[in-house]
Amino acid sequence: MPTILRTHLTALRMLLVMTVILGVAYPLLVTGISQVAFADKANGSIVKADGKEVGSGLLGQNYNLPKKDPNNADEQAQPDPKFFQPRFSTGSYDPKASGASNLGPNDEKLTRTIQDRRAAIAAFDGVDPASVPVDAVTASGSGLDPHISVAYAKEQVNRVAKARGLSTDTLNRLIDKYTEGRSLGFLGQDGVNVVLLNKAISEQQ
Amino acid sequence: MSSTLAGWLQALALAGALALCYRPLGDYIAHLLTSARHLRVEKGLYKVVGVDGDADQRWPVYLRSVLAFSALSILFLYGLIRLQTHLLLSLGIPEMAPHQAWNTAVSFTTNTNWQSYSGESAMGHLVQMAGLAVQNFVSAAVGIAVVAALIRGFTRNRTDRVGNFWVDLTRIVLRLLLPLSIVFALVLVANGVIQNFHGFHDLATLGGDTQSIPGGPVASQEVIKELGTNGGGFFNANSAHPFENPNGFTNWLEIFLLLVISFSLPRTFGKMVGDHRQGYAIVAVMALFWVASAALITFSEHQHAGTAMQAAGGAMEGKEQRFGIAASSLFAASTTLTSTGAVNSFHDSYSAFGGGITIFNMMLGEIAPGGTGSGLYGMLILAIVAVFVAGLMVGRTPEYLGKKLGGREMKFASLYILTTPALVLIGTGVAMALPGERAGMLNSGAHGFSEVLYAFTSASNNNGSAFAGITVNTPWYDTALGLCMVFGRFLPMVFVLALAGSLAQQQPVPASAGTLPTHKPLFVGLLSGVVLIVVGLTYFPALALGPIAEGLH
Repeated sequence: MPTILRTHLTALRMLLVMTVILGVAYPLLVTGISQVAFADKANGSIVKADGKEVGSGLLGQNYNLPKKDPNNADEQAQPDPKFFQPRFSTGSYDPKASGASNLGPNDEKLTRTIQDRRAAIAAFDGVDPASVPVDAVTASGSGLDPHISVAYAKEQVNRVAKARGLSTDTLNRLIDKYTEGRSLGFLGQDGVNVVLLNKAISEQQ
Repeated sequence: MSSTLAGWLQALALAGALALCYRPLGDYIAHLLTSARHLRVEKGLYKVVGVDGDADQRWPVYLRSVLAFSALSILFLYGLIRLQTHLLLSLGIPEMAPHQAWNTAVSFTTNTNWQSYSGESAMGHLVQMAGLAVQNFVSAAVGIAVVAALIRGFTRNRTDRVGNFWVDLTRIVLRLLLPLSIVFALVLVANGVIQNFHGFHDLATLGGDTQSIPGGPVASQEVIKELGTNGGGFFNANSAHPFENPNGFTNWLEIFLLLVISFSLPRTFGKMVGDHRQGYAIVAVMALFWVASAALITFSEHQHAGTAMQAAGGAMEGKEQRFGIAASSLFAASTTLTSTGAVNSFHDSYSAFGGGITIFNMMLGEIAPGGTGSGLYGMLILAIVAVFVAGLMVGRTPEYLGKKLGGREMKFASLYILTTPALVLIGTGVAMALPGERAGMLNSGAHGFSEVLYAFTSASNNNGSAFAGITVNTPWYDTALGLCMVFGRFLPMVFVLALAGSLAQQQPVPASAGTLPTHKPLFVGLLSGVVLIVVGLTYFPALALGPIAEGLH
């Protein structure tokens, strides 16, 4: 057999052996251990309300009012005042379309969009436009960010309290409860988990 | 705690953890690359594959083995992707077009992991784990194997043998990558990274929506994606996706994993050449660029210059709340200084200078610390150039670690250095000259040019990250970037292995009073200067048209 052919046959056998070890045995082993030891997390940290699955504690969601005309594809979704609103998502919190806007730091369209968002949020929450924090007017990287800053959560308290008839004290307490600090106290950045917060608020009533 | 303090602490903790691993991990890798003993499982594997584990190869044979293995990997992966609609766990995903399948197969085999597809809508679980993740392991191992051959070129004398590729590959996978991956995959799962074989799973949200929760063997792929400096995300959002990177700790761990092997390999080098100080000099240069780059990106993002960033009041577009600016910038610097290309935030939306530094990092040739293996051989080539430059200054034949750097050696080193810039600049130039390809830009003006420059820089240096606004899933881009990845990966390997063969054949020359010491601060400075000058002179005009023009505007 010519050397060149022999080398390729060796390579093929090596690739197949590696595929069996690394591509089949290894993920099966890790999945097996994970499903036994960390089943809840391995399956997506699903949260339930009244026994029904309502989302993942790690993936953000939309909280919009029902459309006035369900058949109108052009109708803009309106935020539901009864819920704390998450960050903007390029893929509208669809996990089948994760990703970012990818618009540059000087992009005119992005600049206008951010100005519009600031005005809309200020009007919706009844606050001064200058007090709307940066995470509220920018879209996240994943399009699934479950967190908002504590500042943005506090900024929404009055509006949610009014819409739900709950006291601001109750809401502030819940915000504190669902604020996830930096890992080990210094890794990453703190934020309020909107999915868990909104679920807890819904359960208050 | 203030976010500035937290930002400093996480960088310091990272540097501390890497420093702690430097000696044990570097020594361990040196041991597994030099040990004469085979494990029982390895002996069995050699029997199945049909290789003689005790027979070392000449450099052309070593090279042929690398190329044959990689060529078959591309073919196998291409076939797997094209046939995935007929395979298990394909989740009803439509067939991928040939040009995109070619691009993807090349991308994962070359350790690039450039993705012109979105993971969640284009890949079934079987292709992810039995195709893409397998290449994540073996492409990383190929890089380490090639640098092992180069180091043997320095350590061996009057021989034509540089090691056995099959043995190197097997040992790196079985003794290094696989055990670490199993441990850290479980750590990731314990923190919320998913690991299952489910498809999308619909549920009704409290807001009255339907949301499809994805499934998949993510943790097992995520860990080797970082550890092997691969970077191909299971999902489109890559390490920004909460199922790949759920919190501040996993984020820190992922940065650590993508740096740890490349930062430890200089120790392996020092150990194998019998002088640890040589390793310290190399790692000092790597660390210098890494620290400077991370600091500059973080600074630039905090400044948030740019109309959109000023309107928002900060640089949070494309960044996750749970990471914030400091942890995102640290990730961005680390992923572009290695050949990883995973992202936890989207570089296209970075400030002009912050994004520009990510491009510059890749242009350095990904040497600080670079991809697994490829970072060290890239740095050693530059060390050879630095020694050569110093030799020119005093008018004597340069030598490095007792080996003379004559015309033959310098030709290989020069060809290595010319390969990627040629691919990057020609590729970018051609794309900019074609109206259809120019239209692939999402952003306009200088930033749009940066998207194209980033794409060719990333592909040719086998990074894989992107200014992701650009539309690259076209037959032209898929083909052109695929060619850049192939040539950018394998031509340098040809030159490195040829150099290894040439060095191994020499008789060592004893150090004399005229020998340049390559372990002193002087050499660290000289090498850093050479890195900056080589890259600066090559790429400055291109950078001036993109990020610099945008930043100064």
